[in-house]
Amino acid sequence: MKLLRLKPGHGEVVLAEGDVEVPAQEAELIEAFRRELDAGMWAAVPTERRDGRREAELVKEFGEVPRDAERVIFFPRAAGGAPR
Amino acid sequence: MVLALGATAIFAAVLLWELSLPRLRALLTSTGEKLKSRRARARERGGLAQRMSYDPGRERRAEQRARALLRSCVNEEEWSMYRDLGFLRVAGRAPSGTPASSYAYLIYPHRPIVAYLTASGALLNEYCVAFPDHSRPYGSTRLPDADDVLAKWMALTADERRLIADANMHLPGRQLDPEQVRDDLMRLARWERERLVAERERLALTAASGRRAQESGVWVARPGRGAGSVPAQ
Repeated sequence: MKLLRLKPGHGEVVLAEGDVEVPAQEAELIEAFRRELDAGMWAAVPTERRDGRREAELVKEFGEVPRDAERVIFFPRAAGGAPR
Repeated sequence: MVLALGATAIFAAVLLWELSLPRLRALLTSTGEKLKSRRARARERGGLAQRMSYDPGRERRAEQRARALLRSCVNEEEWSMYRDLGFLRVAGRAPSGTPASSYAYLIYPHRPIVAYLTASGALLNEYCVAFPDHSRPYGSTRLPDADDVLAKWMALTADERRLIADANMHLPGRQLDPEQVRDDLMRLARWERERLVAERERLALTAASGRRAQESGVWVARPGRGAGSVPAQ
């Protein structure tokens, strides 16, 4: 599993990567996950349904991430845009 | 009498001054420190932005990375739509109990999300929403275009109601020219027709080449029969 974060001026960066079945690596993933959520990020898991439709799932805890998920993408939380 | 009152007033003023002096000093010191740290942060931000602005290819590389990520998250049709037209369409989730969704959204990079009726094309609302990264890693809070589209797509497909609640809602025309949006909807319809025609032509070509192969007695692979081939009948 990879934890990615969208960054201005860069695109995504890999925050952590590991196998959730390996306890030490899972602990690192959990720590990185919490750090991003504490920093105010939203976390989404891209998924594909059986009918082929792609969508995302917002998760608030590491436990909500499907064990077979390949990626969790962190991005800044939404704010109402200011009118120009 | 007047002299006594005057003396008392002067005494009270001096006493008040003496009592408030330490607090006043502390207040002035803390205000000065706050101003200093604010100036230092501004200098740091300015310096960082200046340093980062020397790389002319950074934004382009960021956009390329963002487009690759978007492509890996959405389906082929959505990716082609963004590549060819510059926006994404996401179907609205119909409330439970209704047969199907009758509205959809257009997602533009760094522009409001536009809701419209799919049957008539009538514009419903503009939803102004941004994903500012206040840590300003490269001097800006703005995500690359494709990342902004991806963030909107993820938030919309995951929790439409939450995103719409967080957005500033306006009538069509507040930020986007309604004529431009209608033009985009027409471009989208034309694009879908062309894709459909191309897909039919591709299927017809495949069928024709299959027939030709059968007529000439060549062995052809049949989908759904595993890895092996079957002889032409």
